[in-house]
Amino acid sequence: MAQAPALPRGFELPLEPRLPRIGSVDEVAVTERAETLAKRSIKKEAKLWALETAVRMMDLTTLEGADTPGKVAALCSKAIRPDPVDRSVPSVAAVCVYPNLVPYAKERVAGTGVKVAAVATGFPSGQFPLDVKLADVRATVELGADEIDMVIDRGAFLSGRYAKVYDEICRVKEACGEAHLKVILETGELGTYDNVRRASLLAMAAGADFIKTSTGKVSPAATLPVALVMLEAIRDVHDETGRVVGFKPAGGIRTAKQAIQHLVLVHETVGPDWLTPDLYRFGASSLLNDVLMQIRKQKTGAYQSPDYFTLD
Amino acid sequence: MGEVEKRGEHAPAPAPADWTYAPAPEGRDIVTLRERYGLFVGGEWLEPRSGEHYATISPADEEPLAEIAQAGAEDVDLAVGAARDAFSNGWSSLSPSERAKYLFRIARILQERSREFAVLESLNGGKPIRESRDVDLPLAAAHFFYYAGWADKLEYAFPNRRPRPVGVAGQIIPWNFPLLMLAWKIAPALAAGNTVVLKPAETTPLSALLFCDVLRQAELPPGVVNIVTGDGRTGAALVQHEGVDKIAFTGSTEVGKAIQRELAGTGKKLTLELGGKAANVIFDDAALDQAVEGIVNGIYFNQGHVCCAGSRLLVQESIYEPLVAKLKRRLSTLRVGDPLDKNTDVGAINSRQQLEKIQELVASGEEEGAEIYQPPCRLPEKGYFFAPTVFTNVAQSYRIAQEEIFGPVLSVLTFRTPDEAVEKANNTAYGLSAGVWTEKGSRILWMAQRLRAGVVWANTYNRFDPTSPFGGYKESGFGREGGLHGLEPYLEFDGAETFGG
Repeated sequence: MAQAPALPRGFELPLEPRLPRIGSVDEVAVTERAETLAKRSIKKEAKLWALETAVRMMDLTTLEGADTPGKVAALCSKAIRPDPVDRSVPSVAAVCVYPNLVPYAKERVAGTGVKVAAVATGFPSGQFPLDVKLADVRATVELGADEIDMVIDRGAFLSGRYAKVYDEICRVKEACGEAHLKVILETGELGTYDNVRRASLLAMAAGADFIKTSTGKVSPAATLPVALVMLEAIRDVHDETGRVVGFKPAGGIRTAKQAIQHLVLVHETVGPDWLTPDLYRFGASSLLNDVLMQIRKQKTGAYQSPDYFTLD
Repeated sequence: MGEVEKRGEHAPAPAPADWTYAPAPEGRDIVTLRERYGLFVGGEWLEPRSGEHYATISPADEEPLAEIAQAGAEDVDLAVGAARDAFSNGWSSLSPSERAKYLFRIARILQERSREFAVLESLNGGKPIRESRDVDLPLAAAHFFYYAGWADKLEYAFPNRRPRPVGVAGQIIPWNFPLLMLAWKIAPALAAGNTVVLKPAETTPLSALLFCDVLRQAELPPGVVNIVTGDGRTGAALVQHEGVDKIAFTGSTEVGKAIQRELAGTGKKLTLELGGKAANVIFDDAALDQAVEGIVNGIYFNQGHVCCAGSRLLVQESIYEPLVAKLKRRLSTLRVGDPLDKNTDVGAINSRQQLEKIQELVASGEEEGAEIYQPPCRLPEKGYFFAPTVFTNVAQSYRIAQEEIFGPVLSVLTFRTPDEAVEKANNTAYGLSAGVWTEKGSRILWMAQRLRAGVVWANTYNRFDPTSPFGGYKESGFGREGGLHGLEPYLEFDGAETFGG
């Protein structure tokens, strides 16, 4: 048996400042900044551009126990052609469903640009053994999901076991293969903006393609200050490492007005480069119709009855 | 692999989207301007005896807005006379709760007409509508509400001191927050039972003149508040007038000193709120992104036309580079332009004179060897505009680190230890305000005890509230405005030294 090495006289420290700097977030100031940005007045062609971009960047979502092939088929049709009356309205980026519904969604969107995203890793709680989570991911990828929305283990995070959270994300990323990985932080359960920032950096360091606010099952979800904190983390990672990570606010965004506020946040925090479906998604179920209604209003000058927009 | 790998690992940034915000101007129609304004004396509009008028303009396009009366000594005399009559014949003996009613009324009318006032304030002063709408107007109304509450509680505010009004207050206010400074001056004066002759700044008289309309609407007795417009000569006449019991001045240190000399030995009470060269101190453990917001808000708020502006940035050397990088990036998102556009962050410089002063000091900074940074931004062709500016490599001895610029110009200096931060922060002739950014609570208190500044903000900057006293040390003046302290200069007490008296 080998002898244990003698204790070194000192120990190793990171001598350079670690990048990116973890730092902290001031709650009052970040709320104030988000409120100020929310007051930007977006009008006319700038508004129309924002609305159409919001459609293009949407993950049209249904995550219910009651989801059926029929429900998902309807959702996919809506995703491909959101406004049957106005064909200039673009398709959404993806539909987001539970794993069992992936094959039906895949079939329906085949041949269109619409992607299929699925939640995995013991969504929404994440309180499952790692091998179950990994099996969940592999099975979902096999079913044809283009994108995997995973949840972090908040229990581990909140008890300070960051290495476990980090390790799980790395393993999930590996299990994803070519599927694109979005990491859900469930910010509504993290309690502080400091935690939101920490979890964002952790997820990005572990290989997330996207970081995502919420499952949609917990409130509050994608508030503006939370989005701002996550975007600032994305910006810092990009500045300091060159790595480009996307952002997906999800949950609680129901109106076109809110969506535009989120886009302003992106525009003035990480910059216009992020205003593309490759780097930004809205996770939403009821947002689309309000955006469609506003697009119609911008184009025709008049609001139309909600009856003119399909409920899917 | 391909696609997915690329997205995660150092992907080339996708082509930038073109998202230019469409202009979003607030309508001007809500404001009705007269061609020519007189003086508001004894509740009536009087033509100036001086016979002189001058044009007031919009600094954003240099277009004339109205003709303003230039009050001479005779006009000031009439106004002081009207104030004295009103003081002696009713106002000072009115029951305090009745006085309060007028103040509450004024506050409510200001709220109701806030959009009109906000547009006018931006039109005449050049400040962004976002600020006049969200800061100036709500705060002006809040000051009237706050002091209305004190009017009938003075006995409790100053127990056993028998507070009573001073008499006629002469008040001279600056052009950076025309209506808000009017509120800071008039609300405590009236609450304490005084009457007022107020002179708005030469370049920004319109909101004070519209305020006369509010006074009439509130049915304030004639002569309780009189507004005389004009340049420095009018102010001098007011300061020198024998019928004035108290002078309250907010403005430049130079004029403040002249007033103090003038009043020496006259027995008139005086409060001065003058210039500043505040240090905004950023420690290495601060929340950086929010500190950057605080720096921006500290110096670019109201184009830097703020006496308590955080014009000297003291950064701990260990975070100098990331902080300055973040600051420069943030500057590039500031929207400079039409003050009436709801998306404008930095509006017009108040006057040509002020613009020239800023240009002169900025040139001196470059000459002395500081490194200048201005984000690329298109300034409007007409009007007075100046790009947000940061100077790095600034030494404590440079003029831009010593003199008040009163414009959107920030000087960045570094420090190594908390002691050095305090030393540098206090190394100025001024002492109005300071900012401290750190996540460490004990250090906030340690700093606040040592900074010679009337206001110390911690992890925020340029936050105002009527309940909080505001005022300076050293050449930033004396006396406090706001809070209970703000009532004292407008009161006489039995057998006690009064503050700033």
